[in-house]
Amino acid sequence: MSDTESPPSLYAAREPIFPRRVKGSFRTMKWWIMAVTLGIYYITPWLRWDRGPALPDQAVLVDLANRRFFFFMIEIWPHEFYFVAGLLIMAGLGLFLFTSAAGRVWCGYACPQTVWTDLFILVERWIEGDRNARLRLHRQKWNAEKVRKRAVKWTVWLLIGLATGGAWIFYFTDAPTLLGDLVTGQAHPIAYTTMLTLTLTTFAFGGFAREQICIYACPWPRIQAAMVDEDTLTIGYRDWRGEPRGKQNVAGNGDCIDCMACVNVCPMGIDIRDGQQMACITCGLCIDACNDVMDKIGKPRDLIGYLALTDEVRERAGQPPKSVWAHVFRPRTVMYTVLWAGVGIGLVVALFLRSPIDVNVTPVRNPTYVTLSDGSIRNAYDLRLRNMHGADALFTLSVTSEEPLAIALEGVEGLTVTVPANETMSQRVYLTATPGSEAADDDRTEVRFWIAEEGTTNRVHHDTVFNGKENDDD
Amino acid sequence: MCAKPIKHEPRQVETTGHSWDGIEEYNNPLPRWWVWVFYMTIVWSIGYMIFYPAWPLINGATQGLWGEEPAGDTRLAVAEEIKRFDDANAPIKAKLIAADLNAIGTDPELAGFAENAGAAVFRTNCSTCHGSGAAGFDGKGYPNLLDDDWLWGGTMEDIHLTITHGIRYNDDSRYSQMPAFGTDGILDETQIGQVVEHVLALSGQEHDAALAAEGAVLYLDNCSACHMEDGSGDRTQGAPKLNDAIWLYGGSRAAITETVANARFGVMPNWNQRLSEDEIRAVSFWVHSRGGGEEAAPAEPEVTEEPAVAEEPAVAEEPAAPANP
Repeated sequence: MSDTESPPSLYAAREPIFPRRVKGSFRTMKWWIMAVTLGIYYITPWLRWDRGPALPDQAVLVDLANRRFFFFMIEIWPHEFYFVAGLLIMAGLGLFLFTSAAGRVWCGYACPQTVWTDLFILVERWIEGDRNARLRLHRQKWNAEKVRKRAVKWTVWLLIGLATGGAWIFYFTDAPTLLGDLVTGQAHPIAYTTMLTLTLTTFAFGGFAREQICIYACPWPRIQAAMVDEDTLTIGYRDWRGEPRGKQNVAGNGDCIDCMACVNVCPMGIDIRDGQQMACITCGLCIDACNDVMDKIGKPRDLIGYLALTDEVRERAGQPPKSVWAHVFRPRTVMYTVLWAGVGIGLVVALFLRSPIDVNVTPVRNPTYVTLSDGSIRNAYDLRLRNMHGADALFTLSVTSEEPLAIALEGVEGLTVTVPANETMSQRVYLTATPGSEAADDDRTEVRFWIAEEGTTNRVHHDTVFNGKENDDD
Repeated sequence: MCAKPIKHEPRQVETTGHSWDGIEEYNNPLPRWWVWVFYMTIVWSIGYMIFYPAWPLINGATQGLWGEEPAGDTRLAVAEEIKRFDDANAPIKAKLIAADLNAIGTDPELAGFAENAGAAVFRTNCSTCHGSGAAGFDGKGYPNLLDDDWLWGGTMEDIHLTITHGIRYNDDSRYSQMPAFGTDGILDETQIGQVVEHVLALSGQEHDAALAAEGAVLYLDNCSACHMEDGSGDRTQGAPKLNDAIWLYGGSRAAITETVANARFGVMPNWNQRLSEDEIRAVSFWVHSRGGGEEAAPAEPEVTEEPAVAEEPAVAEEPAAPANP
């Protein structure tokens, strides 16, 4: 063990980051992505979709109380949760695909943490000024100006947080009604609690925690290491071109003039010239910053740019890099795409094949059969009839089997029942075999219940068995 | 992500000073806020232990200042819960009591409540004799409530009356008694054998025609008053049908002989002391909707079945509950 004078500190304070404003193609793209994603998030709950009088008219609604998920023309019932599972699997495979092709594009452009942090930094710059002004403000003593600027900034952040939490709860109940209730103080306490929680987390994560969430809290950066290979496009510094960095026009120096533009714009507070690192979310802002400088000093662009590890080897050897398409179309990405598309096609097919009516049959097996006074044998079945329409529907029941069986319904004349809109109804059904018939005497007879919706071609069936007297011998 | 080889001098990383066989430990310090969060969780846990049940003791655990229930009061909590549900159900129970018995099934809300409440009442009180599936016990005198054969009638009113007052249980119960033709010396062994052959004939089973012919005369004199000449029984006195496929105590020659010689005396308690009116109505509805329930006005059995007649030997029987299907 080596002796040191004082033990090293195991903890370090967060170093504040003041990203400088930057212009360029990546920045522009990020503005657009922010506008679109935030727009979708805030506007979606207000879209309307007519589903008839029995169902809500909100286009996207997670109706937890009634266990329904509405998405425009699609309505998901609890028994169809596989659609949600399928979408989650697609989201996972999609992340794999994009990460293996182009690195952490999710983190850099689309992740809510990135988008909201970007928005918060934008607000910060409007109120406190750009990097240098913010640095000055950070270092100066608390005075009226600092208090005012901080107070205004935090207020705006809190309002954004409030809007964020507010929009979230609109997805779970009728938005216009809830907004009215929120304003008049009549909304459910859970609505207010959820709003408050999301307001505070948005305020803390976007305003203060920022890159700490990505570095210390989020598991995705660690998983991504397994998704990335030497052909993955990531953001890199062409050190063979830039080094040794230093003053321009000094013989022997590379293209990098060590202006720190790439470091100053980085929202993660890292130096991309140290190489790829875990903290880098590949947001592309350093590319914009460096290209701007390269243009000014008359050097070629892309000293910092998207490149793969294999490109680095080729470029060092003086060869041109592989095309973007050669990086993107690889067995790995093709495999992810195939899997992703496979799940997606499966879901779409399932969506179109699914019937708006459904039946589930539970044979009553206590007892397995009942002997009637004329000696005929009867089985009872509990049918769950599901009507996914927005209006009541007439279901006609029938049965097919090898042996003749009579069908009758409990409490209903005939074989047609009314199933209320958007509900699952229980109906007891009896099958009877005449005395001495094969079905009455056999152990099991295969039967199939058919449910046909009146006035439509919708028809579903369910297979089960009829137990006869022989069943006693089991 | 993949680390790239860096040409210029690597970032200087402090070591902790620990070194094992030349392997040094880098010090990449954790953020300070992280350690503060850690301290806060410790403070939180202290508060948690004070306010919530925490430390295990020999009998239970420390209750904490905000402990949910004082020890031993679980029963009280359950009682409160039951009261809460009873209060919530009070209006629909009142509605069930006020409703016409035959109209319960036409009101979806009432029917849904009666179906569920009735199933619970049945499981708790009736399933001991009639079985958890209401199928009774074959040949043991506990009627099957699922079939279309009823000893005392299968309409809602009949079932309701049977459950309310019971069978052969007290002065208010439905009552009838079959004579023990053998034990009481009414018929001798040969005559009993002849009657049994006739009963077998009535129900379409294998029998000795000569003996049955003799038995027919004896049957007319001794049995037809209750079981009717054709063996179709009499529900007003709970006399089972003898000409159908359903037997309360078994339809074999031996079982019928036993019944004729020694009689049967099935009993069901009156439930009006134990169950409230709404519970009796609920369980009546539940029993009625198991497949054998009969419509009020026309005495035709409803649902799929057919009538049929007769039941066992002579006289009415009826162990437990209402009727037989």
